Amino acid sequence: MSVTELEFQAHVVEGAPEEAIQGRSQWQLTWRRLRHDKMAIISIAFIVIMTLLAIFAPVFASILGHGVYQTFTGKGLSADGIPVAPGTNGFILGTDYVGRDLLVRILYGARISLFVGLSTTAMATVAGVIVGLVAGYYGGWVDTILARFIDAVLAFPFIVLALALAAIYGSSLAIVIGVITFFSWAGISRIVRGQTLSIKEKEYIEAARSLGAGPWRIMFIDILPNLMGPVLVLATLYIPTAIVFEATLSFLGIGIPAPAASWGVILSEAQQFYQVSWWYVVFPATALLLTTLAFNLLGDGIRDAMDPRTERLFAAGSRRRRRRAGKTRPPEPGALPPLTVSELGE
Amino acid sequence: MSGTLPADAAAPWASASGSGDDALVRVDNLVKHFPVKAGGLISRTVGHVQAVDGVSLAIGRGQTLGLVGETGCGKSTLARCIAGLIPATSGTVTFDGKDITNLSRRAMRPFRREIQMIFQDPYGSLNPRRRVGSIIGDPFVIHRTATSAERKKAVQELMERVGLNPEHYNRFPAEFSGGQRQRIGVARALALRPKLIICDEPVSALDVSIQAQVLNLLSDLQDDFGLSYLFIAHDLSVVRHVSDAVVVMYLGRAAEQGPKDTVYDTPRHPYSAALLSAAPAADPESAAARQRIILTGDVPSPINPPNGCRFHPRCPKAQDLCSEQEPVLEGKAGDPAEHMTACHFPVQTGENLAAAGRGSHS
Repeated sequence: MSVTELEFQAHVVEGAPEEAIQGRSQWQLTWRRLRHDKMAIISIAFIVIMTLLAIFAPVFASILGHGVYQTFTGKGLSADGIPVAPGTNGFILGTDYVGRDLLVRILYGARISLFVGLSTTAMATVAGVIVGLVAGYYGGWVDTILARFIDAVLAFPFIVLALALAAIYGSSLAIVIGVITFFSWAGISRIVRGQTLSIKEKEYIEAARSLGAGPWRIMFIDILPNLMGPVLVLATLYIPTAIVFEATLSFLGIGIPAPAASWGVILSEAQQFYQVSWWYVVFPATALLLTTLAFNLLGDGIRDAMDPRTERLFAAGSRRRRRRAGKTRPPEPGALPPLTVSELGE
Repeated sequence: MSGTLPADAAAPWASASGSGDDALVRVDNLVKHFPVKAGGLISRTVGHVQAVDGVSLAIGRGQTLGLVGETGCGKSTLARCIAGLIPATSGTVTFDGKDITNLSRRAMRPFRREIQMIFQDPYGSLNPRRRVGSIIGDPFVIHRTATSAERKKAVQELMERVGLNPEHYNRFPAEFSGGQRQRIGVARALALRPKLIICDEPVSALDVSIQAQVLNLLSDLQDDFGLSYLFIAHDLSVVRHVSDAVVVMYLGRAAEQGPKDTVYDTPRHPYSAALLSAAPAADPESAAARQRIILTGDVPSPINPPNGCRFHPRCPKAQDLCSEQEPVLEGKAGDPAEHMTACHFPVQTGENLAAAGRGSHS
């Protein structure tokens, strides 16, 4: 068929709805799906409550009348010098080994955990995205150097570096944040680099170059928006890792220095007392567990909400489950497969 | 014989588009070889993909040059070299009298406003995460030619001009059909009022009825803005419809080039003749009457192209000379000066190549 014969058809304007519709961005669509994910919403609620508790920890402390470093050797310790149980003498969650209020210390611990988790993840994400974009976009020797550096960081034993730094400079919050950031950006970089390698071959990148866009504009205006989904999911999942990381360092005594109320510090102190004072271990450990679990479930929820295919798979799965109710157990949230690179793709 | 065309062979037919010396774009003996690397850690070059190997052409102001050839013949590579998206190995590209071959990004910037591209894939050429308004507004931002209020107005005017609803400014590309997306691509290319638009198979991915709409849009815009087009396609009827002049490429070389009518009516190169005989015809009677020239074999590898005439292994008229000597692109007997063919044994008017092909190959 020749084109000329079709010319008359050209008068037919391609049908399009007349009303002006504001196009929905991927974030709006993601939020709409996320809203229906119960686990994710519960996780968000928990994180918000935890954040509020952390922010208002001094208020709770003043209401209870127990300072975070205040020791109550009289009413806070039994005659044998053992911490008192929850509910005794106005200590809702009991006391620690020198008679400090455990609840107040856990609330102050939330401040450190959330601050370390969020600040390190934010810095690691920014660094990881920049390094990944530069390595992936420029390629060549720039990529070779950066990619080998990423591999080196991922292969490095982090505890050894943390120990060395703590030995040289003494342990401090700044070193903890520095160490966690240093070991977190590489994972994000690797994902970003891989995605950049595939996105930069897209025709719209060539279109941007043909318009005269420079490399930085292409990286941050054209490529980055296509990466934000996977990066957001990764960042959400890095927060709990960083929180556990901080707790680990503090537990080992190379993190936040001892009098401070970090969850890791509390757990470390509790080692000698858990046989006589169960609350000393259970409450800070529960706070740590629930906080990391909430961030992990939220990350999973965002990942599922980003990918419409996952939603359909989940919907089909739940229908099947309802049909076979009682026969099979729904999979545990913890049994979800770990995040892989391929799952992050859009 | 010589691997590339002698440079002086390029000069006389520079008026392939029929516009003489005031051509907007002039490409002289352009060569683009991609190295083929082998080895692990330390790679070494073991060969070259000779994507474009000595092509010369000219595009007149306000005219359309059609570039045809089968997949892998170097059409798109040639276009990208002209657009400055990939550096040429050798040869020159002259735009408006200025040499723009292998300019740095900064030096190329003013020419980016003059040379724009429309891409083949309407799905791949628009960033799925950005709103249409900002995609079309990109050229203004990159070249800092408008404030944001002016930009929005300009974008909406452009959208209206290419037949899109300006109210859809805030939508994402995924919310448009293929034809509408291609219109978005046209609007983006048009934004800076370029002189040349390189259309890299702009309608190949579209439905036939939509093809006509987009082609008519391009033709209207050419009239309104005095645009020149380099129009790449493998659909010969589309090229015939839009072009003033045609270049037929085969394996990185120009097989035949000249004004549209003489090339289509009296193809001299057996390859052009075979392509034209294979083009589908809308009229069933003429479709039944025509005799197709069936080419045998595949396109040879551009890493190791055949000696002599690159078409000789598949050519129904090939003789010993064809594998020994590289034919020069030149005017053949009885053709207008601009109509050039690179063939030792050009097709004569009325010659039945289909019969010759069967005789020698089956």
